[in-house]
Amino acid sequence: MAAVKQTIDQVEQLEAYEHGFVTDIAQDFAPKGLSEDIVRFISAKKQEPDWMLQWRLEAYARWLAMDAPDWAKVSFPKIDFQDLYFYAAPSQKAGPMSLDEVDPELLKTYAKLGIPLREQEVLAGVQGAPRYAVDAVFDSVSVVTTFKKELAEVGVIFCSFSEAVREHPELVKRYLGTVVPTTDNYYACLNSAVFSDGSFVYVPPGVRCPMELSTYFRINAQNTGQFERTLIIADQGAYVSYLEGCTAPQRDENQLHAAVVELVVLDDAEIKYSTVQNWYPGDADGKGGIYNFVTKRADCRGDRSKVSWTQVETGSAVTWKYPSCVLRGDDSVGEFYSIAITNGHQQADTGTKMIHLGKNTRSRIISKGISAGKSSNTYRGLVSAHAKATGTRNFTQCDSLLIGKTSGAHTVPYIEARNASSKFEHEATTTRLSDDQLFYVMQRGLSQEEAVQLLVNGFVREVLQELPMEFAVEAQKLVAISLEGSVG
Amino acid sequence: MLSVSNLHVAVGGTEILKGLSLEIPAGEVHAVMGPNGAGKSTLSYTLAGRQGYEVTEGSASLNGEDLLAMAANERAARGLFLSFQYPLEIPGVPSLTFIRTALNAQRKARGEDEIGAPAFLKLAREQAAKLKIEFDMLKRPLNVGFSGGEKKRMEIFQMAMLSPQFLILDETDSGLDIDALRIVSEGVNALRSSERGMLVITHYQRLLDYIKPDRVHVLAGGKIVASGGPELALELEDTGYDRFAPAAA
Repeated sequence: MAAVKQTIDQVEQLEAYEHGFVTDIAQDFAPKGLSEDIVRFISAKKQEPDWMLQWRLEAYARWLAMDAPDWAKVSFPKIDFQDLYFYAAPSQKAGPMSLDEVDPELLKTYAKLGIPLREQEVLAGVQGAPRYAVDAVFDSVSVVTTFKKELAEVGVIFCSFSEAVREHPELVKRYLGTVVPTTDNYYACLNSAVFSDGSFVYVPPGVRCPMELSTYFRINAQNTGQFERTLIIADQGAYVSYLEGCTAPQRDENQLHAAVVELVVLDDAEIKYSTVQNWYPGDADGKGGIYNFVTKRADCRGDRSKVSWTQVETGSAVTWKYPSCVLRGDDSVGEFYSIAITNGHQQADTGTKMIHLGKNTRSRIISKGISAGKSSNTYRGLVSAHAKATGTRNFTQCDSLLIGKTSGAHTVPYIEARNASSKFEHEATTTRLSDDQLFYVMQRGLSQEEAVQLLVNGFVREVLQELPMEFAVEAQKLVAISLEGSVG
Repeated sequence: MLSVSNLHVAVGGTEILKGLSLEIPAGEVHAVMGPNGAGKSTLSYTLAGRQGYEVTEGSASLNGEDLLAMAANERAARGLFLSFQYPLEIPGVPSLTFIRTALNAQRKARGEDEIGAPAFLKLAREQAAKLKIEFDMLKRPLNVGFSGGEKKRMEIFQMAMLSPQFLILDETDSGLDIDALRIVSEGVNALRSSERGMLVITHYQRLLDYIKPDRVHVLAGGKIVASGGPELALELEDTGYDRFAPAAA
């Protein structure tokens, strides 16, 4: 029974959340809870100029007057913001540093996660690792950004957000909050007040960024919220492909992650933004896990600009996330490719908004939702065309796959066309992983787990193909791991 | 060889097979014929290990190994192949990827090395040509949008690629026109060898004009009620299954 033994080993190996370890490292915390003083504390820690502090304080004042949204199909206990830490950082000097100055424990953490930070080794081919630039964010601060010099040679700015505030204030001032305004929603507003770190990217006119850029987010500290802020600007005719990855240790308490991502795309520019989200989803009984409340939006400001969102969402206890495109420039294009997998007690309410404002703008939505265990998976999407947005096109395909009998899939599409020349298409399917298919695949020699993986990978293939190559393989593995033990 | 003895099988609490016995030595082709509802598909599913087919009594073994103790994929790794009456569609998985994954899973289970891409592709090209399958078709998701005939041809192609010890053909002739039937049968006949056994399950005698059986059995009312040489099939063509009805009752 070699096959059985192998399967069992494989399953045991995969079953645990492999990123669930904790790094034991000295950390600085802000005092627990949220107040104006905490906002000042965070800003001071980051040595921010006064305009940035004022921006935060204004957001904080607005946030106090707002209520948490309750329209999503998710349920969780009310968050006690006074019981959270809003700032945690490894004890070391603030700001960017060379790798030699980084705590070896941190380097070990990233090595364990398979994130290449030692660019000199990567360059020398030591690890044979893929060549892409990484910004590593550990709890509230960015610990290191690689390949900065090489990128600077072509004029690309890739650095932590805190550094951008200090080094490139004119760019930050011009674009910050212009895509996701401070008061856009409850969590975006909270983020505006207390955002910790994140990545900043500026690609100058006509430059095609020579490598993939990526940010790796890691929540380590207990009871800590992570509020990263990412701002990417592709100037006229520029191109950049960007990827973010996320993990967190296994903890019994829920941790809050409320990020804001703003993309600005000018004439003829293109941004490809991919996410592989693998926050800790909680244990088999639904205890612990990350609350992932994220606002991501792209503003296709320029004519013929293009944005492509690709997301693989497998982690988090609760996900509330709608990467969107405002198609303002004429002939601009928005794409959204999504795989959302829920298992155990996970809840996901995710989708996109395609707001057609410019003429002849086009958008495409491919969403693949997979629900297993006792989880709930909701696609929520808006496609709208303004009265002046003539000749616009949208194609939406929204497929749900149910595994087992206790999971749920929901599709909530909103379609609003305010002119007669827009053409919107919407296709949706819901299927259950069939016993017939499973038997057929097993009869050819695959174990039940392997059969499920094969069928699910087939189901999500269209979206996986949109990911940059290095990450597609990773994502495929993640899909398999997320569904371990979901059948039989 | 395949050995089935006094097999009783219930589906959803209803007994379908009621003491079926059958011996198929290596190198022989046996046909099992019978009217609708006799339990033909139940026999093939039970041998292949489908869940929900509960064996209440009896035994089934392949080359001396107890089939009933194994999961479907382990039976496949031991060389049991079922050609489905209605092959399933597998969206998003290219046919070649599917077959290579299956072949390597089987080889791994048998403790053999995985087959490399060049050797696999060479084999695939050879076999595809024999079955008149366009190579481009093998890049399409398995069976998705295939015609009935294409699906059956793909079953035989998989069979040739996996090179099993024992083949079960479940109503392989259904839905085939004469040309497709000839191509499929040639494919099956090419796999006949002194080491391989075959169980051909069919409703009509027509298939047996192309795939000549060594023995013919009549399945009615959940058991084998008559056995004989190839002439039994021709006899049935004339007389029908009616004379076995009392046995079924």
